[in-house]
Amino acid sequence: MESKLGLNFELVNQARASAAKVADDTQHFIDQHTTVTVERAVCRLLGIDGVNEMDVPMPNVVVDHLMANSILPMGAAWAIGNAMAETGMNPQQVAEAVDRGELDLSKVPAHSDAEIRAAIAPVVDATMERINKNVSNRNNYLKEFGDKEGPYLYVIVATGNIYEDITQAKAAAKQGADIIAVIRTTGQSLLDYVPYGATTEGFGGTYATQENFRLMRAALDEVGEEQHRYIRLCNYCSGLCMPEIAAMGALERLDVMLNDALYGILFRDINMQRTIVDQYFSRVINGYAGVIINTGEDNYLTTDDAITAAHTVLASQFLNEAFAKCAGMREEQMGLGHAFEMDPAVENTFLYELAQAQMAREIFPNAPLKYMPPTKFMTGNIFRGHIQDALFNMVTILTGQKLHLLGMMTEAIHTPFMSDRALSIENAQYIFRTMKDLGSELTYKEGGIIQSRANEVLTKATDLLKEIEKLGLFTTIEKGIFADVKRPKDGGKGLAGVVIKDDKYFNPFIEAMKGKVGA
Amino acid sequence: MSSGLYNTHKIDFDTTLDLTRLKPYGDTMNDGKVQTSFTLPIKDDERGEEAARQIAKKMGLEEPNVAYHAALDKEFTFYVVYGSCVHSVNYEDIHVITVESDVMSMEDTNDYIREHIGRKVVMVGASTGTDAHTVGIDAIMNRKGFAGHYGLERYEMIEAYNLGSQVPNEEFIKKALELKADVLLVSQTVTQKDVHIQNLTNLIELLEAEGLRDKFVVCCGGPRITHELAKELGFDAGFGAGKYADDVASFAVTEMVKRGMK
Repeated sequence: MESKLGLNFELVNQARASAAKVADDTQHFIDQHTTVTVERAVCRLLGIDGVNEMDVPMPNVVVDHLMANSILPMGAAWAIGNAMAETGMNPQQVAEAVDRGELDLSKVPAHSDAEIRAAIAPVVDATMERINKNVSNRNNYLKEFGDKEGPYLYVIVATGNIYEDITQAKAAAKQGADIIAVIRTTGQSLLDYVPYGATTEGFGGTYATQENFRLMRAALDEVGEEQHRYIRLCNYCSGLCMPEIAAMGALERLDVMLNDALYGILFRDINMQRTIVDQYFSRVINGYAGVIINTGEDNYLTTDDAITAAHTVLASQFLNEAFAKCAGMREEQMGLGHAFEMDPAVENTFLYELAQAQMAREIFPNAPLKYMPPTKFMTGNIFRGHIQDALFNMVTILTGQKLHLLGMMTEAIHTPFMSDRALSIENAQYIFRTMKDLGSELTYKEGGIIQSRANEVLTKATDLLKEIEKLGLFTTIEKGIFADVKRPKDGGKGLAGVVIKDDKYFNPFIEAMKGKVGA
Repeated sequence: MSSGLYNTHKIDFDTTLDLTRLKPYGDTMNDGKVQTSFTLPIKDDERGEEAARQIAKKMGLEEPNVAYHAALDKEFTFYVVYGSCVHSVNYEDIHVITVESDVMSMEDTNDYIREHIGRKVVMVGASTGTDAHTVGIDAIMNRKGFAGHYGLERYEMIEAYNLGSQVPNEEFIKKALELKADVLLVSQTVTQKDVHIQNLTNLIELLEAEGLRDKFVVCCGGPRITHELAKELGFDAGFGAGKYADDVASFAVTEMVKRGMK
């Protein structure tokens, strides 16, 4: 692709090198630690599921037990593998025995590493087989129906009831939606467990549970077969259970996951050590499962100013890219995020939005960029709102954004009605059709407003990353450089769930998944 | 589609404005014209159109015109309907409770605090309960404010603490006591199934149970909050859409002085 912006790629290389350095430094910390949710994700991938009599999910039963008996540093795979080698039970039976108080995993005689690995290997293989099958099912669908060219139309459903969500999702798919995201209930990100079963009660969204994933997946496959299109399913791999949600998504063939390296720290006040370890395993899983991740830079702009903080978005995109690379993820799965959030009262902001979007496109050429619609300056004037969304749609088609999250004219009023979604899809389809090749017809004036803006933002982002490289990631966040939010290294939620790994620790799924894609 | 789109009827109603019989206005006084759109869970055909028309009539719309209809799914159809509203209201009889304080600028508020309170005022804000949205509380509190109105953090005579989102009411009160707050600001964005009402009511009940209600000026805000609702729930004031930090600050400091809080 030829550059329309005359970007200084020397600066791009510098920025990328700084981000890689930051991620590599942080990776040392990650490699030394594990967390309760990382180990619960291992339990889930070993097939441990269900809840006990008190409705506590079985992965929590096991991991709480490991924590209480100070053997979490060995890791769930070691402890369960050891118990399997000793008793011949499968992982679910081990978990149930622990729950009944019949088995204390810290008292089981330690077997050799070779015996433990031999005991656990068939279970790991079976899970890998299941995920491989999911990936090949997706690939087969895409081969049969073809994948969509141009932007994916991405809409949300948020009724709180999975069955109502399915009705809405099917209608949206028939209207032309390519990706259905099931918004999670408010508050789920702060639960240190994943609820169980099909759910019908949620506020502003629906619980992410494995059963809800399965139900929606089946519904979208059904409507996809009818429409001869593959409809992608998206959920939220963020909060205190990032790797568990990733594991559930891999098992139930989700296609897209919100999965930012820093979002939980900044916007949910989750401890930074916890999030940084959690994001790693979640991305290893998402990478293997062929999931496109979405990063959350758009959120910076709802708290900070989109004009003055534009460079923090770019800096964060570089960091998210670097962290995803550390987790072995391919660029084709990195849905780096940004948003159309500039104040409509300011002159030429459409030009700045265009510059920002085109810049992201040129700097991350292989990434399926995620572009978020206006929310901050949506006022309840639905008629103006529909036009704001139209301008946003234009930027996408002019600059080749890929995951296009449709704006709703009723933003700031209510979660979308079925008709809101249909009108949004109609708006986007109209603009994408009539302006399909406009982007390739346009060049931007040399040294004009758009080129200058892009280079200014790039320069500032490069400087910022240089500073972050010096400070390190943790100090950068402590100083409030992102989104104007300050978080202390030992503050926030979930720090108690972080432990240093023992020498014997192993995670068979990182070994099997990292740097590969299932097939 | 063209017939009925243009009104060629002779005007057979009184076109003088009568505030005791107030009606919507399209292009002629008292024509009662309104637009509405809705979805019916039925298929898109003539029978559906008639159903939409009858719904509009029951809503009080005379001569409803289904201007547009389109299928959203096999069994869901979207309608845009215009009509003349038969109802009127007596505007003269309407009295609304609003926040009654003159809105002062940031400088004037600082001066007012210096003169009448003589120390910095402590304001603690949060998006409480399960609500994860910070956009409202940020717009009021963050230094840069919103739409050209500086946030409370920028006020020299206000010590503003933004506790962020998903703060449980108990923790909110605990923090307010620790910080020796004068003013509590609660933001609620998620209103599905009236979760905000339960949460706001719960805060006031907790304050009252601990005998703390009078210690604080307590305000709530959010896109679906009205002053009237806030008063009903036991708050001192409520701030809806289009209200900014200066509205909140002006009310809070004058209320403090009114109540003799020093």
